[in-house]
Amino acid sequence: MKLFTEFGRFLLMLRGMFSRPENGKMYWKEFMHQCSEIGIGSLGIVVIISVFMGAVSTLQTAYQLVSPFIPLSTIAQIVRDTVILEFSPTLVCIVLAGVVGSKIASELGNMRVSEQIDALEIMGINTKTYLILPKLLAAMLVIPMLVVISAVLGIWGGRLAGTLTGILSGAAFDKGLHQFFKPYNVFFALAKAYTFAFIISSIPAYYGYYVKGGALEIGRASTKSVVVSCVLVLFSDYLLAALLL
Amino acid sequence: MIEVKDIRKGFGDKIVIQDVSAIMQTGKCNLIIGTSGSGKTVMMKCLVGLFEPDSGEIYYDGQALSEMNEEQRKELRQQIGMLFQGSALFDSMTVEQNIMFPLDMFTKKTYPEKLKRVNEVLDRVNLKDANKKFPAEISGGMKKRVGIARAIVLNPKYLFCDEPNSGLDPQTSLLIDKLIKEITTEYNITTVVNTHDMNSVMETGDNIIYMYQGLKEWEGSNKEIIFSKNQRLNDFIFASDFLKDAKDMRMLEMKGKIDNNRNMDELLK
Repeated sequence: MKLFTEFGRFLLMLRGMFSRPENGKMYWKEFMHQCSEIGIGSLGIVVIISVFMGAVSTLQTAYQLVSPFIPLSTIAQIVRDTVILEFSPTLVCIVLAGVVGSKIASELGNMRVSEQIDALEIMGINTKTYLILPKLLAAMLVIPMLVVISAVLGIWGGRLAGTLTGILSGAAFDKGLHQFFKPYNVFFALAKAYTFAFIISSIPAYYGYYVKGGALEIGRASTKSVVVSCVLVLFSDYLLAALLL
Repeated sequence: MIEVKDIRKGFGDKIVIQDVSAIMQTGKCNLIIGTSGSGKTVMMKCLVGLFEPDSGEIYYDGQALSEMNEEQRKELRQQIGMLFQGSALFDSMTVEQNIMFPLDMFTKKTYPEKLKRVNEVLDRVNLKDANKKFPAEISGGMKKRVGIARAIVLNPKYLFCDEPNSGLDPQTSLLIDKLIKEITTEYNITTVVNTHDMNSVMETGDNIIYMYQGLKEWEGSNKEIIFSKNQRLNDFIFASDFLKDAKDMRMLEMKGKIDNNRNMDELLK
């Protein structure tokens, strides 16, 4: 029963976000601020994860391909498809659920507890529109970009690891990259990225916006939002794979 | 003027406000007092529209709050300034940005015009050289003054203050009380203050509403409160022996039985 109540309140929150902005310039400023917070703020961790994720993929794929009949360029194909289809969208978004999600939940939670949200309401500002919508739109714009960057860096990391360890030459890796490439996979990765971006921005916003209590509750809301976001990312990952592949 | 008619508010089975009626007059400090849990904060949140009353009506200059559509409510809220208990300043903004925020959001003024207005209100609350400081870098009393400055920057018609003296030393409390009183008369606004600070009650209470367990128990001015026969109110206001003695002295003074200009040094010899 509680689940339905919470889901209903979540939907009402989403509906409440769509109202006419009091001042478009201020909303644009907030949107750009959130783009910078989410995009630039998470770029470092995305770069590190992606490069190592690609490098490890190359090493492990090479370790598993023991047959001399399989050409080495296949390693590049496998790395490319795993990175594009799964690692970049899902792994990066799970990490972002922690980085971005906890930030959104604790920021809104703190604003709620310290009555800053009430102060905005009293001024006549629709707080859902001003505080949540820019975060959601920024996440929807920036996270797919981060996923694309992650895929490029992941493949580059794989190539780097492959050539540095002498598993395969750069030319063999590049040859493999071009073999049997399906552009649909990029579409699938982006579809996942948009879905996950929505999840990892709206769920923490919900938990943060409706927090009640003090510092302890903000911490709990932040943790809960990350856990729920991660579970929903994995669930929707499966659902999208079943539907689109 | 704000008129409250028979408002009732509850959460689940618990009724927090029961059929309270009152009139908050323009140009006066209207105080809501009462013990913790008496319903005064809920009452204030109903007044500003943060909570919807279960029944009853609130009228702002004759216009019923419940009959206002979203746009009308937004317009009304731009005429409301509120000072929160914890000041509710935006942590990520400087003092100047905090005060400029309502101007940014609701006016089309240029930056120099907005800055001029910010400096005017900062000057009005006697706060100088704090423009570039963040809320974390200023004292509690300064935060309250910034809160007041932000509340009056759009020239509101109604000012709400939720426990403006909480966490402040007596001297700073008096300064804040004086400031609220001055602003109320200077701008001729309807001020509603939620407090349980006895100094505030005696200094600023033009119209006082005493709430007890969600009911309006007593209403009067700071001049009448001292002669009140309401036992609950007396127990609340004059809780300590010191305050009881002070009340007796004040009553004798007011009846002319003690010289108001007596020399205390002589008496203490």
